[in-house]
Amino acid sequence: MKALSRIYAIFYKELLQLKRDKMTFAMIVMIPLMQLILFGYAINTNIRHIPVGVVDQSHSALSRILIQTISATQVVTFEQHYMNTTQAEAGIASAQVRAVLVIPADISQRLARHPVVGLGTPPATNQETVRPVAQWMVDGSDTLVASAIKSLRNMPLAELLKKPANRNTPTFEVTLFYNPEQRTVVNIVPGLVAVILTMTMIMFTSGAIVRERERGNMEMLITTPVSSLELMIGKIIPYLFIGFLQVIIILGLGHVLFHIPINGSLLSLAGATLLFITASLTLGLVISTIAKNQLQSMQMTVFVLLPSILLSGFMFPYEGMPVIAQNIAEALPATHFMRLIRGIVLRDANFTDLNRDIYWLILFTLGGLLIASIKFKKTLD
Amino acid sequence: MSEYVIQARQLSRNFGDIKAIQQLDLQVEKSQIYGFLGPNGCGKTTAIRMLIGLLKPSSGEIEVLGLKLPDNADKLRLKIGYMTQNFSLYYDLTVKENLQFIGRVYGLSINEQKKRIDELLDVYDLNKQKNQLAGTMSGGQRQRLALSAAILHHPELLFLDEPTSAVDPENRRDFWEKMFALSDQGTSILVSTHYMDEAERCHKLAILKSGIKRADDTPENLMQQMDANVVEIEANNLPQLKKDLLELSDIISTAQLGARLRVLVKKSVKDPLDFLSQHNNIQSRDQLTLARPNLEDVFVTSTGEQST
Repeated sequence: MKALSRIYAIFYKELLQLKRDKMTFAMIVMIPLMQLILFGYAINTNIRHIPVGVVDQSHSALSRILIQTISATQVVTFEQHYMNTTQAEAGIASAQVRAVLVIPADISQRLARHPVVGLGTPPATNQETVRPVAQWMVDGSDTLVASAIKSLRNMPLAELLKKPANRNTPTFEVTLFYNPEQRTVVNIVPGLVAVILTMTMIMFTSGAIVRERERGNMEMLITTPVSSLELMIGKIIPYLFIGFLQVIIILGLGHVLFHIPINGSLLSLAGATLLFITASLTLGLVISTIAKNQLQSMQMTVFVLLPSILLSGFMFPYEGMPVIAQNIAEALPATHFMRLIRGIVLRDANFTDLNRDIYWLILFTLGGLLIASIKFKKTLD
Repeated sequence: MSEYVIQARQLSRNFGDIKAIQQLDLQVEKSQIYGFLGPNGCGKTTAIRMLIGLLKPSSGEIEVLGLKLPDNADKLRLKIGYMTQNFSLYYDLTVKENLQFIGRVYGLSINEQKKRIDELLDVYDLNKQKNQLAGTMSGGQRQRLALSAAILHHPELLFLDEPTSAVDPENRRDFWEKMFALSDQGTSILVSTHYMDEAERCHKLAILKSGIKRADDTPENLMQQMDANVVEIEANNLPQLKKDLLELSDIISTAQLGARLRVLVKKSVKDPLDFLSQHNNIQSRDQLTLARPNLEDVFVTSTGEQST
């Protein structure tokens, strides 16, 4: 009873301070709002309209039709014409264009031998005579751009010859679940919840104890009967609400602006979010008990934040990382929450499917609270 | 036999190589105002922090309100109030919110809280400021708020660490009135200060210098039993005289007060007036008078140094 009163005292005090700290309060709403709109519109892995150039050595009707057919895919936009390949390479080097299409002078002969034309070249000599009709020179440094252009490699040519688009039967049939239109934003928005919560939750609490110490309140606090655990809990609770507010902003707005489906139950969503918020908050508290001042706590927050963005699967698929990086990612709460929230929001997964992630978050929270309470001594030694 | 609220034996505390407190013995009686007098950095704050259980002593024993420290620090916290040297309540909370926070922390019921806060706002003249942020108040107001927060839970024993260092003389006098009122109600108070006039008002006094207790008694006894006589000299060219006198081993210190020079002569000198008038620089027309010792003289004699 007395303990509850003390926790309430800390909690209410934090609320009042937060209310008066207009800047922080604004950031609580602005961070998710701005980041959602920014990332929602900006991050797109379906790349379109890559600026490219062309070196047309054949100057034929065929080459012009080929260029038009490629333009029609919308993957690239032809912006430059170069006289020769040397100029074209210079164009790539100076970042005028990302790639250059080189159409050889003998394009009609190459096309004639192409199997699409179907002139019935003897199979035995295929290897020697059939050559690609043209060449792409690509600035391969950005792998996403490069693979977008590589996807043009097997572009159907039937259209070029006014033949019916008689495509071959593919080896595999691919059925895309959960995001059939392949919109990047569907994957980004739930992930954004994890990133923004990591950022704000750790940042707010990492400064919590340090601030009391810096402003000289700690000496008063530790002479009161407040125990370290009560102090920690009282400081965490206001941010729980803030965390939920941010989740509602991100997913609600994501639903309205980007039509992100919320397939799972709201209850499991709330449960998973609660676990992640408490895990992040305790991590912040641990930082807070180690850091000597607010600058240090900020630096430590960034130290956790960067891997949470880059290794958690938010930007790059977890499966593509080397095992060591995967192990580091496993330690981060953000990785587990990334799986949870994508699972719940997009795939309607339930807790039993995701219990490994749930257990880890619970374990992380308990461990964090324990470490923070032990590290925080009620003396000035 | 009077009852002791604080007993410390051979208390020491080191910070690395620095000896902040050395072999401090201390006994504070119930319902008294006990003063720690000493210059900045003499270990007053360190001593207080150890007596509260905020710092662990390097060696020695402490018993406060019958509780052995530092083991019983948690139990002690409910019985004592502590006013820190720097304002340690929240600048971004109002007077009332700060007091409510303290009330909740000490587990007062809502009714108790309300009654007590209204009472304190009245006694400490903070009614007008009750909805003002602590950060926007004057030093005196903030200090009254800090005191009311420290006594909100009716502590038996109050620790005040230089409570008046940021306050004007009028507020200081007023503050001492409040302290005497508390002491009359039975609260024991340990207060640290570097003001002589404040120290003189304490029931009992310990003079600290570089972590060592140099004297410990009532202000009256300290002044009477001082190991020196005070002579005031009226003469010309006082700075030169001051310099010359200080070279004599029997002179403890000299201090110029306007047109006079206040000289502390060791008690071992039987007749200080005669002793001084023998001095070359003192002419027959110069006035020499024996003066009543004050606490500053006690301080200088016991610490062997000019006070700040």
